[in-house]
Amino acid sequence: MTKQIKFIQGNEACVEGALYAGLDFFAGYPITPSTEIAEHLSKLLPQKGGKFIQMEDEIASMCAIIGASLTGHKVLTATSGPGFSLKQESLGYAVMAEIPCVIVNVQRGGPSTGVPTHVSQGDVMQARWGTHGDHSIVALTASNHQDVFAMTVEAFNIAETFRTPVILLFDEVVGHMRERLEIPEPGEIPLVKRLRTAVKGGVDYHPYLPREDGRLPMSDFGDVHRYNVTGLVHDMWGFPSDNPKIVHGLLRHLVDKIENNASQMARYKTFYLEDADTVLVSFGSAARSALHIVESLRPRGEKIGLLELQTIWPFPADIVSQYCNNAKYTVVVEMNMGQVCQMVKTTVRHPERVFLANRIDGVFITPTDIKNILRLIKGKGV
Amino acid sequence: MERCRMVFSGSGGQGVITAAIILAEAAVLYENLTAVQTQAYGAAARGGATRSDVILADSPINFPKVIQPNVLVCLTQESYNKFFDIIRPGGLLITDTRFVKTQLKVDAVQKELPMYETVMEKVGKPIVFNICMLGAVVGLTELVTPESIMKVLEQRIPSGFIEMNRQALDLGLELGKKVK
Repeated sequence: MTKQIKFIQGNEACVEGALYAGLDFFAGYPITPSTEIAEHLSKLLPQKGGKFIQMEDEIASMCAIIGASLTGHKVLTATSGPGFSLKQESLGYAVMAEIPCVIVNVQRGGPSTGVPTHVSQGDVMQARWGTHGDHSIVALTASNHQDVFAMTVEAFNIAETFRTPVILLFDEVVGHMRERLEIPEPGEIPLVKRLRTAVKGGVDYHPYLPREDGRLPMSDFGDVHRYNVTGLVHDMWGFPSDNPKIVHGLLRHLVDKIENNASQMARYKTFYLEDADTVLVSFGSAARSALHIVESLRPRGEKIGLLELQTIWPFPADIVSQYCNNAKYTVVVEMNMGQVCQMVKTTVRHPERVFLANRIDGVFITPTDIKNILRLIKGKGV
Repeated sequence: MERCRMVFSGSGGQGVITAAIILAEAAVLYENLTAVQTQAYGAAARGGATRSDVILADSPINFPKVIQPNVLVCLTQESYNKFFDIIRPGGLLITDTRFVKTQLKVDAVQKELPMYETVMEKVGKPIVFNICMLGAVVGLTELVTPESIMKVLEQRIPSGFIEMNRQALDLGLELGKKVK
């Protein structure tokens, strides 16, 4: 059988990945530059027997997917910066109640309504700390359509495995750009199914009692078990509690289930790093410009390579240290004021060797921008 | 093949973005080439200078935007005025005689073609102006075959409109080949 090849936008690649992963419920409120995700799902999801709802706003969209997930569906919502801000409260609810769900943020210029049609990567820290309280979160990103597809499937798999919200942090360039996508055959990428409890109806079911491996089997809400779901700190039955032991235990569990599995969730790509003394660290669309400059400087004998992060949160500290600790120059290429750069600085052995190559004017960072900054850093002048 | 960087520009509603997508899609689906298409987003639907960038290559394309195009198409005076000086030295600049008055200032091969007038005279429908332009680009550059363009059109548009598009494509091809 010949492979299905498409020439589509990144937002459509995300849609294809979500459908491949078994998405059957989407609720959203369209916003540039993520609109095509809602647009295409409004057509494709009902054809596959799924549900598409355009809600009254982003808050309701987030609440709708949380409810649908509890009843056993694989769920998605898509938005951009302003909508992502509105979703933060319910995102925290999904963290606390341990609801698997996937939230796409196709980043645009901010803060507030900012520059709606232009590119930015300014929501890295919002993804991490947008909702209040100590918690951990998973955020993935991609620089090309094949990876957008793969990371979208991965997001659903991580959400189900760890009963957690997962954020897909794309950006306007990747979202709107058209390029080739080869749809993998069914089964080519493994899918994680919802882990459902084996406890029968009428038998006491503990929705928040982890198994030995740390996973929490779910029961479709409204099916055979009655249980409580709340944003309050809760015990193993899901009922509110302020018992210090339970409060401490739950917070530790919420953070540890992500942070202790950081290496399992670390997705990244390396290019020409074997002998590199200058390591570019980048992610999302900015990584395309970074790779371009690496591939044009290599033939001139420069020992330069690229570490492309696909998992942003939990921050892949081990991987970053491994590749950057011995570099003479580590240059973080991103379209914000240094959100990932700060993380790299706190991670590596020599933070004074870490530099930022950025652009924050809504214009896609070019290879020449990076080249000029590299020359400045190395004292060569532009 | 040598990497070809193209910019299609015109006024919102003329179909330059659609033409760019059709060309890139034809290259990827039927010519086994690599292509990336991007477009300037903004409030340019109907009126205003719109722009779409296409890169065609036989190797991976990382940086997806075009800074200096080898091929620049301008279908309005406004888009010509805005973009004519970004052309790569020695590149190909295609303009429409009905809409653009060129200034002989660029180091490029200039082709001024009566695409709009030909379409209006022979087909009578301005809606296929963009396909005629695509025909001219293909006729001049031979980046993809006209058959690949037709295959994409057959997938994208209702069958009743295929013949009109084929006619416009052929007119463009003829215009392009004549001045090659």
